[in-house]
Amino acid sequence: MSWIAIKMLTGDRAKYLGIVAGIAFAALLIAQQASIAIGLLMRTTSHIQDIADADIWVMDPNIQFIDELKPLTENDLYRVRGVPGVAWAVRFYKGQGRLKLDIGGDKKKAKYQQSVVFGIDDAALVGAPREIVLGKLADLRRPDAVMIDENGYRYVWPNEPLALGRELEMNDRRVVIVGICKASETFNTFPIFYCQYHQAIRYVPQERKVMSAMLVGVEPGEDAEEVCRRIQEQTALRPAKPGDPARPGLKAMTNQQFIDSTLMYFVRRTGIVVNFGITVSLGFFVGCAVAGQTFYSFTLENLRQFGSLKAMGLTNRRIVGMVLTQALLAGFIGYGLGVGGAALFGKAMTSSGSRLAFLMPWQVLAATAAAIFVIVLVASLVSVIKVLVLEPAVVFRG
Amino acid sequence: MTVQSIAPATAASLARAVVCRGVTKDFGEGDTRVQALRGVNLDVLGGEMTLLVGESGCGKTTLISIVAGLLDPTAGEVTVLGQSLRGLRGRRLVQFRGQHIGFVFQQYNLLPALTAAENAAVPLIIAGRKRAEAVAKARTVLEAVGLASKVNSLPSQLSGGQQQRVAIARALVHEPKLLVCDEPTAALDAHSGQTVMQLLRRVAVQPGRAVIVVTHDNRVFGYGDRIVHMSDGAIERVEERTVAFSS
Repeated sequence: MSWIAIKMLTGDRAKYLGIVAGIAFAALLIAQQASIAIGLLMRTTSHIQDIADADIWVMDPNIQFIDELKPLTENDLYRVRGVPGVAWAVRFYKGQGRLKLDIGGDKKKAKYQQSVVFGIDDAALVGAPREIVLGKLADLRRPDAVMIDENGYRYVWPNEPLALGRELEMNDRRVVIVGICKASETFNTFPIFYCQYHQAIRYVPQERKVMSAMLVGVEPGEDAEEVCRRIQEQTALRPAKPGDPARPGLKAMTNQQFIDSTLMYFVRRTGIVVNFGITVSLGFFVGCAVAGQTFYSFTLENLRQFGSLKAMGLTNRRIVGMVLTQALLAGFIGYGLGVGGAALFGKAMTSSGSRLAFLMPWQVLAATAAAIFVIVLVASLVSVIKVLVLEPAVVFRG
Repeated sequence: MTVQSIAPATAASLARAVVCRGVTKDFGEGDTRVQALRGVNLDVLGGEMTLLVGESGCGKTTLISIVAGLLDPTAGEVTVLGQSLRGLRGRRLVQFRGQHIGFVFQQYNLLPALTAAENAAVPLIIAGRKRAEAVAKARTVLEAVGLASKVNSLPSQLSGGQQQRVAIARALVHEPKLLVCDEPTAALDAHSGQTVMQLLRRVAVQPGRAVIVVTHDNRVFGYGDRIVHMSDGAIERVEERTVAFSS
């Protein structure tokens, strides 16, 4: 009976297209908004993702996400280097620099811009950007040398060609751009500067402690999570005085754990999920309403035909199967069109140079499929009930 | 899907294909209760066409709904093809209808998206026959009702009379022992109505098959072997006729 069900559905073009359009709209809205929300959230972790050299991040025990790094002491570095399984551990600095863009020019026209400054290991340049667009990584060893990310460069100097040798002021100190690199889009859109660690700490106001975090590599064959546990355990301090609680060790997280922790922080502390969740819910309910109403109307128009089929010996079970076949077919096509449309939208926007945050992992597709499945079930449920309670004798009422 | 055969009809039972005894049917309860049938006794013989006639609201449709197993009587006994309908419930009753009863409706009730051949094949599809096989059989029945050239037409491409002929083909394709027709000519002009009745006489009325036609169209009374006049939920009189009809 499936082919009859499908012919019944597709034979009524207007209703069929109405149902499919309703579902496609819902799928589009759900997938698109979820992808934007995920894209936006993933930007909060772009710094962690871009620093791929290290296996482990070591930080103050109270750190929840990358933008609240609290300085560590030099002693901490040596303690971590002594933990079994640690192959190497290097200093890492992350802070903010205030740029003055018209060095030597008219002060009244000076332009200021906040930026993110990464100080990477002086010797091995661990933590350096992975893809250099212009210049050489080794040039970071030159005096006052910094490397800027391409997005940041275009943000600061829109419509200007990429060029090396530009001089700027960062926190009243001269810096020279010696390289332009790729970096993932960030949440706050600030330009990102990479420089040597010793140089980065000169740009910021002097504090007692300046090392934001440590980047750690693990010995071959060692499990990174186990090494994290060891670092936390072996950097714990005895109580300051008897009776006091033990002071926790440094927080050590693998890259993925740090990404998850940062994501969870933004999920908990910002309205991103709630705001996008409202739009996604709206798509869901609009989809339910449009698809449900159209599908119900389609069923009502075919009630006499369903009654005839019941009279001719079609069981309720097979009628439910027919209605579900119709709903699932409409759902499948609508889902394909909707997520396809969302993917095309994302591709078009990101290809056109827009800074839209858009990331559509398989989980978005799966969640959208689940939502559409619920929509078609809800849409068909009302219709199924109507058909099931239909007395076949209705076919004899002219 | 295979359908288990229910109550194969015997030669004796086919002589009286339908037997109704003391059948009553009430709708509603209390002050709103309406008695649609009042103790109806009726015998329908195989190989004959029985017309149920009477004014609107006299209980004709209620009676054939009960005979076809679409409605339960409030009281009384209904035996169809030797099988008491009281003993059939749920899925078994649905199967019995699908196997042994053919339906022709006033409004044809064809599926608009299916071709004539596919529409006529529906009872066989319901019975679990393969699509190609069912459609092939439906084509032969459509040829028998004079629609060989319309097998691939959609209902919207057919006239009312042609649609009713497709409905008759659909009702006969699974070779039922009982054919129930509800006002088959009501939606047709006089000429088409006569054509449909002639067709029913020629194709449907066969030894071993009973045909019940509900109608209030007195122009077609001449096609019935037996005319059951109903009034106010009861059988007023039964008129037996010798049909001088030739195909």
